[in-house]
Amino acid sequence: MKILVGYKRVVDYNVRIQVKPDGSGVVTDGVKLSANPFDDIALEEALRLREKGVAEEVVVVGIGPADLTAHLRNGLAMGANRAIHVVTSDAVQPLTAARVFLKLIEKEQPGLFIVGKQAIDDDANQTGQMLAALWDRPQATFAGKVEIADGKATVTREVDAGLETIEVELPAVITTDLRLNEPRFIKLPDIMKAKAKPIDSIDFASLGVEAHDHLKTTHYAPPVKRGKGVMVKDAAELVAALKQKGLL
Amino acid sequence: MSKILVIAEHLDGKLNSSTARAVSAAVAVKAESIDVLVLGDSIDAVAADAARIEGVSKVLTVARAENAHPLAAVLAPQIAKAANGYSHVFAPSTTFGKDVAPRVAALLGVAQVSDVMSVESSHTFKRPIYAGNAIVTVEANADHAVVATIRTASWPAANSGANSAPIEALSLDVTLPTHTRFVELKQGSSDRPDLQSASKVVSGGRGVGSKENFDIIYKFADKIGAAVGASRAAVDAGYVPNEMQVGQTGKIIAPELYMAIGISGAIQHLTGIKDAGTIVAINKDGEAPIFEIADIGLVGDLFKLIPELERAMG
Repeated sequence: MKILVGYKRVVDYNVRIQVKPDGSGVVTDGVKLSANPFDDIALEEALRLREKGVAEEVVVVGIGPADLTAHLRNGLAMGANRAIHVVTSDAVQPLTAARVFLKLIEKEQPGLFIVGKQAIDDDANQTGQMLAALWDRPQATFAGKVEIADGKATVTREVDAGLETIEVELPAVITTDLRLNEPRFIKLPDIMKAKAKPIDSIDFASLGVEAHDHLKTTHYAPPVKRGKGVMVKDAAELVAALKQKGLL
Repeated sequence: MSKILVIAEHLDGKLNSSTARAVSAAVAVKAESIDVLVLGDSIDAVAADAARIEGVSKVLTVARAENAHPLAAVLAPQIAKAANGYSHVFAPSTTFGKDVAPRVAALLGVAQVSDVMSVESSHTFKRPIYAGNAIVTVEANADHAVVATIRTASWPAANSGANSAPIEALSLDVTLPTHTRFVELKQGSSDRPDLQSASKVVSGGRGVGSKENFDIIYKFADKIGAAVGASRAAVDAGYVPNEMQVGQTGKIIAPELYMAIGISGAIQHLTGIKDAGTIVAINKDGEAPIFEIADIGLVGDLFKLIPELERAMG
């Protein structure tokens, strides 16, 4: 089986994002970029499935500008066999990303598509579900545990009520939650080896995907700041303050 | 004029309060009608509950054995079919809504607005990005249906009781997939208030130190009638189950009182509590980021301070 992994590059999760004063966007110039943490988990899971003999090949797929290649090399250094880079300088919304991934699926015929449950930049949490719908295949979102046997995946999902287990026939889309696994670190020799691995570049326009984005972002604003708080010196003062607010 | 279809969330024959919160957002659109769609196997009690929510025009029901469990692959084609004639489809931004709504949007061939925190006009909404560190105004295309999930922490639950909307069974001619099957649901057993709707929440973090030590948090929460939450660090360390996690990747809550105990306050955690009425932080590190957003802070050892708090409350 072949596994495709959606691999997005985002502003590093430790960066404190700044909104531009004119409301036109957030400051991204010179800001550290990294793999979306949930996609690293997706790649790790795919690699483990390959190590278990469930999959033969793991392919990372990314959509973005020319310099996204460096990001995809990180995925190759982590252990992916090869990468596919869909080149576009435009920002891509989830529905368009899902349409692109479907084109790659039609060509590659994977048994599984794994992607993070959400990207930490747009926080949309949509792409995996949309892809599953367009592909007309099952989805197992928020996966905390994945077992694959006999052409089906048994997935334990992290839902509000607790842990839900479902069974889906392959091929399917899985989106990963935080506790699925601990992604491995990249070692220096692997970075060298990754340089020899193939990256397929595909021009976005050649895919024939309708890139029409239905959502228009008109303004960016910083969140409303909370007023400055007070420090109390002991438990009695805290209880008094809460009683005064009518909270105790 | 807008006609809105709200997807009801329910479990064990009970309507989830997230549904009434999604109705509040629908009311803010100033819609001509707000219908609630209930999909399940036995849905009478849930439909009756939904009909009592103020602002609801009509409750539509689809009772099928296949709908016994909320499987997105099974529900989405039915919702997409039922959405015909509606200008908006709203679902709560819970794990249920997040799972099913994008699948509906893709079937309709439209984009989705995730985590609506305010309604500016029928097609303009505000939503958080970058873990709540920026708020964007987005405009959806008015030529077709808007699919959106409603950030429950941003909306009060619409009042319930005074309304008695008519209930109508809907028959949808949809072939349902069999490739997705429910196996089991392991629920956290808790007699405490529900984390997402509680007016008071007490959360513990890594500073609590162990699963056994978490008892001090539970005991204190019970004393003030609060739900119990946790930071990701406490969940990852195995102190508490994952459904208690508060933050960007866990639950986003807006209680009147939030007490963060032994939680340093990573950005991802703060995202989950930014809309709380009053935030109290108890931490032994006076430099912890949690104090930057806390309304009331107290520096000290939680194992000493919590018993003192209990005594001071009398």
